[in-house]
Amino acid sequence: MTDAVTAGGGAIRQDAVVRLSGVGLRYGKRTALEAISLIVPAGCMAGFIGPDGVGKSSVLSLIAGARAVQSGRVEVLGGDMAAARHRDEVGPRIAYMPQGLGKNLYPTLSVSENIDFFGRLFGQGRAERQQRIRSLTESTGLASFLDRPAGKLSGGMKQKLSLCCSLIHDPDLLILDEPTTGVDPLSRRQFWELIAEIRAGRPGMSVLVATAYMEEAASFDWLAAMDAGRILATGSPQDLLARTGSRSLEDAFIALLPEEERHGYQPVVIQPREASTADELAIEARGLTMRFGEFVAVDRVSFRISRGEIFGFLGSNGCGKTTTMKMLTGLLPPSEGEAWLFGERIDSNDLSVRRRVGYMSQNFSLYTELTVRQNLELHARLFQVPAGEIAGRVEEMARRFELVDIIDALPESLPLGQRQRLSLAVAMIHKPEMLILDEPTSGVDPVARDAFWRNIIELSRQDRVTVFISTHFMNEAQRCDRISLMHAGKVLVSDSPAALIKKRGTRTLEDAFIAYLEDAVSQQERDTPSQLHAGIEVAAPAAPLPAGPAHVRRRFDPRRMLSYTRREALELRRDPIRAVLALLGSVILMFVMGYGINMDVEDLSFAVLDRDQTTTSRDYALSLSGSRYFVEQPPLVDYEDLDRRMRSGQLSLAIEIPSGFARDFARGRPVEIGAWIDGAMPMRAETVRGYVQGIHAHWLSEKEAEASEQGGQANLAGIETRFRYNPDIRSLVAIVPAVIPLLLMLIPAILTALSVVREKEMGSIVNLYVTPVTRLEFLLGKQLPYIGLGMANFLLLVLLAITVFRVPMTGSFLTLALATLFYVGNATAIGLLISTFMRSQIAAVFGTTILTILPAVQFSGVIDPVSSLQGAGALIGQVFPTAFYVTISRGTFSKGLDFFDLQDSLIPLAVTMPILLGLSVALLRKQER
Amino acid sequence: MRVANILYLGVKELRSLRRDTAMLVLIVYAFTIAVYSGATAMPETVNRATIAIVDEDQSPLSARIAGAFFPPSFLAPRMITQAEMDARMDAGLDTFTLDIPPNFQRDVLAGRNPAIQLNVDATRMTQAFTGSGYVQTIVMGEIESFVRRYRGEQKLPVELVLRARFNPELDKEWFGAINQLINNVTMLAIVLTGAALIREREHGTIEHLLVMPVTPFEIMVSKIWAMALVVFLGCAFSLLFVIQGLLAVPIAGSVALFLVGAALHLLAATSMGIFLGTIGRSMPQFGLLLILVLLPLMMLSGGTTPYDSMPKVVQWVMLAAPTTHFVMLAQAILFRGAGFSIVWPQFLALLAIAGVMFAFALARFRSMISGSS
Repeated sequence: MTDAVTAGGGAIRQDAVVRLSGVGLRYGKRTALEAISLIVPAGCMAGFIGPDGVGKSSVLSLIAGARAVQSGRVEVLGGDMAAARHRDEVGPRIAYMPQGLGKNLYPTLSVSENIDFFGRLFGQGRAERQQRIRSLTESTGLASFLDRPAGKLSGGMKQKLSLCCSLIHDPDLLILDEPTTGVDPLSRRQFWELIAEIRAGRPGMSVLVATAYMEEAASFDWLAAMDAGRILATGSPQDLLARTGSRSLEDAFIALLPEEERHGYQPVVIQPREASTADELAIEARGLTMRFGEFVAVDRVSFRISRGEIFGFLGSNGCGKTTTMKMLTGLLPPSEGEAWLFGERIDSNDLSVRRRVGYMSQNFSLYTELTVRQNLELHARLFQVPAGEIAGRVEEMARRFELVDIIDALPESLPLGQRQRLSLAVAMIHKPEMLILDEPTSGVDPVARDAFWRNIIELSRQDRVTVFISTHFMNEAQRCDRISLMHAGKVLVSDSPAALIKKRGTRTLEDAFIAYLEDAVSQQERDTPSQLHAGIEVAAPAAPLPAGPAHVRRRFDPRRMLSYTRREALELRRDPIRAVLALLGSVILMFVMGYGINMDVEDLSFAVLDRDQTTTSRDYALSLSGSRYFVEQPPLVDYEDLDRRMRSGQLSLAIEIPSGFARDFARGRPVEIGAWIDGAMPMRAETVRGYVQGIHAHWLSEKEAEASEQGGQANLAGIETRFRYNPDIRSLVAIVPAVIPLLLMLIPAILTALSVVREKEMGSIVNLYVTPVTRLEFLLGKQLPYIGLGMANFLLLVLLAITVFRVPMTGSFLTLALATLFYVGNATAIGLLISTFMRSQIAAVFGTTILTILPAVQFSGVIDPVSSLQGAGALIGQVFPTAFYVTISRGTFSKGLDFFDLQDSLIPLAVTMPILLGLSVALLRKQER
Repeated sequence: MRVANILYLGVKELRSLRRDTAMLVLIVYAFTIAVYSGATAMPETVNRATIAIVDEDQSPLSARIAGAFFPPSFLAPRMITQAEMDARMDAGLDTFTLDIPPNFQRDVLAGRNPAIQLNVDATRMTQAFTGSGYVQTIVMGEIESFVRRYRGEQKLPVELVLRARFNPELDKEWFGAINQLINNVTMLAIVLTGAALIREREHGTIEHLLVMPVTPFEIMVSKIWAMALVVFLGCAFSLLFVIQGLLAVPIAGSVALFLVGAALHLLAATSMGIFLGTIGRSMPQFGLLLILVLLPLMMLSGGTTPYDSMPKVVQWVMLAAPTTHFVMLAQAILFRGAGFSIVWPQFLALLAIAGVMFAFALARFRSMISGSS
């Protein structure tokens, strides 16, 4: 391709980086975007603002090419994104950071492994990657955490890492979807400084940002305000303010909303607290500390909150807010320190304190399967609201929190704002004196948020409920009577918002908070802003690094494929349950099946009711107990004894020899011997019947032979039975070579299917959508480690078969190994194929089990030979890989066959794998739909 | 501990379950269709077995023998030459090959006691063993009746009268249905409780419960009773209406006694579900764990292979599994009509195992809750 846009100063600028015309998007029945048209100017910071769920993310994912265009035209970097060719061309010039902290990251991989993975995807060589990792981590302050797993980073660091991964290939268009949600203000500021520096180094780069923080958006060059899948307005922030005559963007946004949505909106007014109540303490905490292993989550936190106060906890995700709250509710016993609630010491074993507290946790955590009313009733009962009052109480709460119309609805069908009110109603159902609210408003739109705050203020001022609330929104913190700033487990300072601003002499609360944070951070002597500046030049390494391989499109790049292989192997190693299943699962199941399907029936207990008591009758009994199949138990006394012992399952067989047996036998008179078999297990009973008949016949022929010495009649004909391949007729010899194919199908298929579906569920599949990796590279890369695992499992199983189960290997091991390689390739390819139409991991686990085990057990010759199948089963048996592999496994283990004998089965195995893989590639989507 | 809390929370579990369509379908399927098909689809040990005949005699007797093999037990025999025999067996095409030697009929009639060779592919365990007995009986029967037409005599001096007790026809449906029921009871008890716990963990509602005046013990017991009740009712329904009704399997012993045993087993199995739910952090992990736990429970507890026929080590280990005792008491009561005087050791063992599992699961559950943050 030819580069239309060159990076660096004085770039040839196109006037628009993105043009949307009439773009619509539907998720099933729900409309996410309604015919949106807009033009985003190039080379600037463009923001999409609006609350959650209005379609910001949908627009960005369409622009990034992560989602398929449904209707309308999406033009990015001068081409149509609906065209796969154009996407392939511009893909490497776009970087996309999806919503959710570190959504495109791999939590078990370390910081450097994550960046390295992306570097490989963009085809960078080792030296180049190392240099880029160094410069990116230095400039973002992540350099000292290179070996820490991404999952253990704080929210701010995760976002920086995510940014590093996005910037590894010098994009021309950087798309950031809510990059700072849930991040502390200092990290947020640092993040934007970082972006500014990068833009300074690459002026041609366009940045598209979606955000719910209006304060942040005020500094962007261009904005699009969105609501309910529509664009409300576009223009510079100044334009929007001027157009609505508002002072802040938040007000401007509310003013832009259509009338019906604004309905009932009133600005939040905070009545001052009555001073008289100030003295009564609601909560007191002294030196609360919580340690998880070596990690100190909360470090000597102390505060006092008086009755009726609204006390705010302000801090980033993972700073210890939630942990502190859990200690206050008695959910977690503190490692050190104490807390009092209304003068009573909080003890996690004492349930009485909990009755005085209402708690609303961070995530919406009500029972989505229960209706609004059922939720309220359940909580009322658990809080021991007297039965007679429950109905009234539920009604009161419903009225107060405007839930009357939706009382019989399921929470899942409600918009977030209503769910929030339901959560509050549930927390208030037992009329607690104290409310603990953990980030209650995250994700709620401004109108609903303000309505929620009006509820809170009313509770505090009218009902004198003490409110302890945590938030990361500054404007919410401003509404609290007092706030504590929290960072890394410590309370930095507590005071009223106004006092804090005054103390630091800053303009806003956010600035004050940042000032405190900077003090705290510089104390720790790490992650300082000076480091941040040191890395500016390297952050934009366009000049020193020739953009060599990154920009050459190759059809199939082994490096990209191996990048996925490497990552998959690393992840597997760090997930204990999957790793155990991968390595030991087949061994465990082999033991289970080896013994579980054992058909050898030996040591069956039998007893004799001998009414004859002669040498002949004893000789008959001896012929049974002398065989290896039967073990004689104490003789039976009578029928009652026989009945009792058979009922209890002690006897599998009872023999009755009539009196006069020896006499009649000697005279050649017909005699009957009675045999009772326990028919409870019919298969075993059949076997027993066979044994008894055999032994009986043998005994007779012996007697006859004795007789024929005196000139009797010999048998008519004999049957020489040769049990071939397994002369001792040991069932393990028959079963083990058939179980190995089952296990090598089931487990590799499940694991491979999971590996793809996991990415779909976790969201990291987006890396397939937006990086140059092709579908084949992606699938093959994921398949390789599991083929390796399958081979390792195979060796283990063969070892087990030969040593523990003593199944001899009579044929060519190498042939079996080669066949296994093909077979495991087939099994993993089947896993990939299944993964293309599975959405959730749990469905993948069970779906793969059923789809592989059924044809493998039923139609592949494991039980009935393929040649005796009919109908659909016969058809499956002629194509399903297990059928061929079972023949090879039995052939090499028991029948002493080698490569040339088994060619007919090997060739189909070699052929089916590429077919299955090709089918998976064809069905896998390179874009979300 | 408040009994009322346990009651309310249990009712909540039942309500949640009612909205979980997938689980409901699974429950209904497990107690109806699965039991029914488990019974009717029990494969005959010898079904459409493949047999080939090398007929070097080409006599009326050899033709008569060849004509005696027909479906459903055997496929019509394929007449092959001796040269083809080995290759076909190597390729797994024939399970049995009969080689009838030249002059067979003549030698039989002359009383020279000639031998037919029967080759069995002993890697096909199920068919090979039982099937070779069938083949022998069929061949000998044909020879005998052929000869008898010639001579008209021959009698057996001693007759063996075989009777199968408890299931005279050795009807596999009986066994298959009960075995399937036992397996599904175990499977559902574990899956339902484990999933109920993990669902709460994934939604974060468990921690919501804990800020209320509710103890971990109450939460766990509520899940156990609710899910055990569902499975118990399903089990009773299936036994009465599917097994006794639809499949008309005669039950020898007391259904009530069996259900008491089932209740004990459910206590152990649901505790196990809670335990697995605390180990697996998410549904997929739980699913993988299930594969590793359910299969051994089903295959080694005596339902598939008779308990006595397993290696001693396995027998010892499996004594710790509730399913082993449940299978024993179920077979004794339902098939052999055993009363409490016979099966009390199993009841005692189940009670002990259930107690230990409950205590163990509770300890795990408590530590999971205090560690969940």
